[in-house]
Amino acid sequence: MMELWTSLPEDLRTVVVILLKIVVILVPLMTAVAYTTFAERKIIGYMQVRLGPNRVGPKGWLQPIADALKLLFKEVVVPTQSDRYLFFIAPVLSLGPSLAAWAVIPFNDGWVLADVDAGLLYVLALTSVGVYGVIIAGWASNSKYALLGAMRSAAQIVAYEIAMGFALVCVLMAAGSLNLGDIVRGQTGGLLHWYWLPLLPIFGVYFISGVAETNRAPFDVAEGESEIVAGFHVEYSGMAFAVFFLAEYANMILISALTALMFWGGWLSPFPSAWAEWPVVGVVLGDGLHWFLLKTSFFLFCFLWFRATFPRYRYDQIMRLGWKVFIPVTLVWIFLEGVAVALKLEPWFA
Amino acid sequence: MSFTQFVFFVFAAVAVLSAAAVITLRNPVHAVLSLVLTFFSTAALWLLAEAEFLGITLVLVYVGAVMVLFLFVVMMLDINIARMREGFARYLPFGLVVALIMGAELVLYVLSRAPDVAPPAPAAAGYSNTQALGEALYTQYLYPFEIAAAILLVSIIAAIALTLRRRPDTKYLNPAEQIRVRRAERVRLVKMKSES
Repeated sequence: MMELWTSLPEDLRTVVVILLKIVVILVPLMTAVAYTTFAERKIIGYMQVRLGPNRVGPKGWLQPIADALKLLFKEVVVPTQSDRYLFFIAPVLSLGPSLAAWAVIPFNDGWVLADVDAGLLYVLALTSVGVYGVIIAGWASNSKYALLGAMRSAAQIVAYEIAMGFALVCVLMAAGSLNLGDIVRGQTGGLLHWYWLPLLPIFGVYFISGVAETNRAPFDVAEGESEIVAGFHVEYSGMAFAVFFLAEYANMILISALTALMFWGGWLSPFPSAWAEWPVVGVVLGDGLHWFLLKTSFFLFCFLWFRATFPRYRYDQIMRLGWKVFIPVTLVWIFLEGVAVALKLEPWFA
Repeated sequence: MSFTQFVFFVFAAVAVLSAAAVITLRNPVHAVLSLVLTFFSTAALWLLAEAEFLGITLVLVYVGAVMVLFLFVVMMLDINIARMREGFARYLPFGLVVALIMGAELVLYVLSRAPDVAPPAPAAAGYSNTQALGEALYTQYLYPFEIAAAILLVSIIAAIALTLRRRPDTKYLNPAEQIRVRRAERVRLVKMKSES
């Protein structure tokens, strides 16, 4: 086995190793996506004093698998006079960027597929590319509702991307690096050293913009069942619809992971570093992958919590919040942070 | 052929083909999407040249923002495709002249720098394009950079000032005022005697 491996050309070996790493990231991610849909139905169910799905498998745990099988066997209906190619490319364009962004996410110290220096910029670029899937789906479906949904979504994503970009500028000013790993390492030193404290309003702006970028409630006017049926994906059925669904949930997990990395110290433990020396429990109390997963899960839970709590925003108020509230807030905070960096304010900007 | 070269040729071919598709496809939406693909492949080529900051910024600014607005407008247009194809023969000679001049300029430029068109040596391990760009922009080119920023700011303000006009006919509601509304401002309880 080893001989066969070493006999391969070096470039081929690099490709194989990268592919294996991608599989190691994507398989748990896709499982997480499937079970996020289950968690959503269960959690919202409990919040509304219902049980949620509980028929398939023990306590309903096989529900996502049943859903996936059902969607696989459903017919994909192509509307008349639609643009056939674009109609099928759209879901792929929607899913692709949300998976590709995981290439630069550090799961633990050094556990990252591509340790690039412009990681933050790469993530921002890819989240902005995701809007193409929505726009193309809306246009290619040849349907009024779909087109209206696509227009709303495009306007919303362009608006919130600016606030999101400014929020990321604040993070990079604090960390002095665009590398996500370095951003987390810049927060070493315990709970109060994480960037949520010096960047508290920015954390709020980023997470809310993230909810808006993923078209989730209360910013889900792009789907708006009560107004435009289901918005941009109204004409999609079967697997084509499932791919949009996967993209939405993968994006939610991505935004949660990024919030955990940039504002809540990623894999860093909230406890003093001395506690990691303790026998047995030290492994849990010290830094590690589990903290990153825990923080990501918490923000993912917030997405579901919001959906069960808030009524949908009115369209003009979404625009007002994006342009007239978030952008000024971020601009003021960039200025204040510039002053803090110049003064080398302890302990964050030293 | 190394793997890097293979990747380079794939992206270069996609860039050239999609650029050709931009001007040959009949449907304007398809043309805009081909332009997006061209930008994307170009960004990938820049990444291969170790200019990751520029490459990703290209995707962020052009693909993520400018082309979305382009697509937005083009989707809304009800374009008569037959009429768009009418003037093709009439504009062809002019187009050919422009293409010839641009092609000649490109060839002249490449020929004049023939000795240094060889691929540059790969940068050292610790090299960061982002850092190098930042250092160059904020030290050596500080004044041109700041002046360009000021000009852009002025043009943004000018663009907003040009489109900003008072529109008394809109039914805009101030959310803060909406929230501050009290019952007494809207409803009045009137006591009336029954008139039977």
